[in-house]
Amino acid sequence: MNEAAIPRIQSKDSPAMSGSSQPMVRFHNLRKSYGAVEVLKGIDLEVSSGQVVALIGRSGSGKSTALRCVNGLERFQAGELHVCGYDLSAKDLNLRNLRQDVGIVFQSYNLFPHLTVEQNVTLAPRKVKGVGHTEARELAKEVLAQVGLSDKVDAYPEQLSGGQQQRVAIARSLAMKPKLMLFDEVTSALDPELTGEVLRTIERLAADGMTMMLVTHEMAFARSVADQVVFMHQGRVWEAGPGDMLLDPQTVELRQFVGSGL
Amino acid sequence: MLGLTIQQIAYIFQGAGWTIILSLLGFVGGTVLGLPIALARSSNSKALRVASSLLVQFIQGVPLPVIMFVVYFGISIGGFEVPALVAAGLAMTLYSGAYLGEIWKGCIQAVPKTQWEAAECLALTPAQRFVYVVLPQALRIAIPPTVGFMVQIVKNTSYAVVINFFDLTYSAKVINNSTFMPFTVFTLAAAIYFAICFPMSVLAQRYERKLHRS
Ligand SMILES: Nc1ncnc2c1ncn2[C@@H]1O[C@H](COP(=O)(O)OP(=O)(O)OP(=O)(O)O)[C@@H](O)[C@H]1O
Ligand SMILES: [Mg+2]
Repeated sequence: MNEAAIPRIQSKDSPAMSGSSQPMVRFHNLRKSYGAVEVLKGIDLEVSSGQVVALIGRSGSGKSTALRCVNGLERFQAGELHVCGYDLSAKDLNLRNLRQDVGIVFQSYNLFPHLTVEQNVTLAPRKVKGVGHTEARELAKEVLAQVGLSDKVDAYPEQLSGGQQQRVAIARSLAMKPKLMLFDEVTSALDPELTGEVLRTIERLAADGMTMMLVTHEMAFARSVADQVVFMHQGRVWEAGPGDMLLDPQTVELRQFVGSGL
Repeated sequence: MLGLTIQQIAYIFQGAGWTIILSLLGFVGGTVLGLPIALARSSNSKALRVASSLLVQFIQGVPLPVIMFVVYFGISIGGFEVPALVAAGLAMTLYSGAYLGEIWKGCIQAVPKTQWEAAECLALTPAQRFVYVVLPQALRIAIPPTVGFMVQIVKNTSYAVVINFFDLTYSAKVINNSTFMPFTVFTLAAAIYFAICFPMSVLAQRYERKLHRS
């Protein structure tokens, strides 16, 4: 069952990836508990450079927790996790360096309400990387164009629709030039029509070769954009494979999950 | 006018001037003391949280006139002769610092945890998270209750009368002693207190309404 599902799929978009190069993310038998409750029960998972991995599964199956371990927001008790060359269980891990390489976008956008779109996007590059004023403006233009919001530079978050806010949040992450992007149910708070614009933004990023891990409930999207779909169940990787795995589930749990009205 | 001489009225207004000065001292001192208290109260360090909480509870548990006495006579026991203004200013600083610290702690905690987290995920240092992300939002939230508390400061400076500090209450008392017109004199004093406090209340309310709308 789940032991058989150690996914190792090379991205179709990055022929340069050879067997010898390190995967960008590697979970090895990772275990994580909150108090006495174990919520990740031995996760094995690899993401290579340029790959898009979709995490799916029922509420409470541990998708967010797994994602939050990747950028060090959650610590784990056992196993290994390597991300962008950093060993996440190392005592001397520099979290701030790791986070410059790993961007994350949340369901609730979490934009800074007191700052304009441009200030939201350039705050971290200016303060963390010391990017100069004019350079920061250029950077903002560049990443806002990437998410299709060039005309909103001076707007405040409250003046934008949910979909626009979420795209600004994506631009804010992109401005740090991350090697890896994490998305946690970024469309779950949006109306269907706004969901589409955010998903298209993510698709474009994927086409540009960005490495991504995304938690999503949009099955059609997971199937079309992901090189690898990972179905999590009760804190384990229950089944994993290419997108078409969803058409032919091997486990009862995935069949029920896919069949449950999605 | 009002059965009082110009000199008597001027004397009362002179007291009002000192009430304003003591209020400003209390507010400035309270800010200087309240900011570190607010930071310590919302700090990650348990020792800091407990220590600052004890300090706040202690000050809040003692009536302001008693704080005035303790500071005034406490310092003179140490062999120093202090003007009532210094003692009253110190007492108001302790009193305002404790309350402002609590108010501002609440404002810092009213900024959603997700804002800290978003800033953390962008690789900002803890100090940068506070200064650029949390503090500006906390300040916005803090304006109405802070202005509201300034009204309390103004009114409570009248307790400085217990250490014979010359303020509006004191000057009114003096004029009453010589004119025996308590109703007129204290109504005038009340009107002056009101004239100082009312604009601040209105300001606080208006800003609060503006915050709620946005
Ligand atoms: N901070 C926390 N403290 C205690 N338990 C937690 C905490 N965060 C998550 N959990 C528990 O861990 C388990 C996994 O949660 P997680 O958020 O990773 O699930 P999920 O797959 O992302 O679910 P959803 O689809 O609802 O977002 C759940 O049982 C949850 O109750
Ligand atoms: Mg989740």
